[in-house]
Amino acid sequence: MTRNDVTRVVVPRSGRGVWLVGLSAAAMAFLAVFALALSVSAARLAQNWAAALSQTATVRISAPPEEMAEQTAIVLEVLRTTPGITAAREMTDDEQAGLLEAWLGPDLPLDALPLPRLIDVTETPDGPDRQGLRLRLSAEAPGAVYDDHTRWRRPLAEGAARLRQLANLSLVLIGSVMAAIVMLASSASLASNAQVIRVLRLVGAQDRFIARAFVRRMTLRATLGAAAGAGAGAIAMLALPDPASGSSVFSGLGFQGSAWLLPLSLPVVTAALAWIAAKATALGVLKGVT
Amino acid sequence: MIAFHDVAHDYGGGPLFRNASMTLEKGSFHFLTGPSGAGKSTFLKLCYGELLPSAGSVSLLGQDMKTMSRDDLARTRQRIGIVHQDCQFLDHLTVEQNVALPLSVTGRAVSAENLSDLLAWVGLGGQARALPPTLSGGERQRTALARAIIASPEVLLADEPTGNLDWDMSQRLMSLMIELNRMGTAVLIATHDLNLIRFAKTQVSTRVLRIARGEVQTAGADL
Ligand SMILES: Nc1ncnc2c1ncn2[C@@H]1O[C@H](COP(=O)(O)OP(=O)(O)OP(=O)(O)O)[C@@H](O)[C@H]1O
Ligand SMILES: [Mg+2]
Repeated sequence: MTRNDVTRVVVPRSGRGVWLVGLSAAAMAFLAVFALALSVSAARLAQNWAAALSQTATVRISAPPEEMAEQTAIVLEVLRTTPGITAAREMTDDEQAGLLEAWLGPDLPLDALPLPRLIDVTETPDGPDRQGLRLRLSAEAPGAVYDDHTRWRRPLAEGAARLRQLANLSLVLIGSVMAAIVMLASSASLASNAQVIRVLRLVGAQDRFIARAFVRRMTLRATLGAAAGAGAGAIAMLALPDPASGSSVFSGLGFQGSAWLLPLSLPVVTAALAWIAAKATALGVLKGVT
Repeated sequence: MIAFHDVAHDYGGGPLFRNASMTLEKGSFHFLTGPSGAGKSTFLKLCYGELLPSAGSVSLLGQDMKTMSRDDLARTRQRIGIVHQDCQFLDHLTVEQNVALPLSVTGRAVSAENLSDLLAWVGLGGQARALPPTLSGGERQRTALARAIIASPEVLLADEPTGNLDWDMSQRLMSLMIELNRMGTAVLIATHDLNLIRFAKTQVSTRVLRIARGEVQTAGADL
């Protein structure tokens, strides 16, 4: 027997605790896949919203029909002469209808509604002096309201960030539970194998060797369990609608491209976690057993 | 190799022995005798550090037992062979694997040939793949002795190694230990079998320690 073979066989293969570790690792990895997906998706959503909504703004003009054309012309002129604005474009009736259709349905008699006129504004990264712009607009075109979307942007970004924090906290909790399970199972295994420890001590085995025999089994089971759980979780994620083809409002929960490496890394992370937890427990227990 | 200075041991109900001093020199051959319950096993456990003395000091291979770390003790035990009175095996491993343990736990190579020679010598050639719980008392003792000597220890501490054996097998194992002693191993055997001591005395010069009435003395020629 080589040294490696010995560490594999010196601890009897009976412990039920070791199977429970595998099972728990599978369950924890499964949960971790979803927490990871939530974390990654929240980050992506925040980024998408920020990209889509920054550097754009809207001017909404509500005026009686006879003044509409004049105010629109004034507003466009103001915008054209404001530093920090790269483009301003009047939305066509069709575009406006398209926007409303998403909310109110396709068969809307838009002509019958007194709709405000919308002007699509593109800003430089620094943007205009918004306070000054608002003042100028209210002086020259009283029906015009400048909306830089911060009203939308801030709660969306904050919500996404909060969601991400929660997901990350869940990951930490899942990891802690996993470590605790490995520690409990390790001490149970050491306690029920007191005779094995006695014999190994008698023949001159050092703590490090004895610990390795126990740690090896725990780590192996936890890793296999985590691989099964992460695999099942990944399959479940694949069964969800593809985030890339998602609707415009919500671009879905899931992994894209290289983010798939995250769930695949769960067995590795679990292995490291189980190894550290089991080793610390084993060395601690062995210190107390003479 | 092993030195006791004024050692006393007490499990809580009064001392088993007091003021025990002795040295076990390299290449020496000692017997330890005394009535059952006198403390022979206790004395051996003090030798290999399973117990610490209640008073006095024990040193093993030049190191004081009290100041040894667990790793030091483990490394020291790699240099001594121990036959425990109740053998102590890993019951889920075969006789062969148990015998090889002192080598395999320290990453030393186990030669299959040496292993089977050793098992054949102690009469366990047919039991190499058996599990310890299926062995007879005598077979267990032979397995324990084989395990104790496989790593060519500098010191052999054997507690009743022939207690369950017939006279032929006892002599055979004693010859094995005498052979080991001739190659330089210090041997200490606890036994109350006086015939065995007499047999050994015909082959090798031995000293006999006797535990009686709480003292460890060197026995005279009155055996
Ligand atoms: N762990 C222990 N705790 C308390 N008392 C013990 C312990 N081990 C041994 N004893 C007691 O110490 C005494 C000596 O025991 P020990 O095993 O050393 O005797 P021994 O000389 O080896 O006897 P035997 O010839 O029967 O093997 C006995 O009375 C025993 O009951
Ligand atoms: Mg005894």
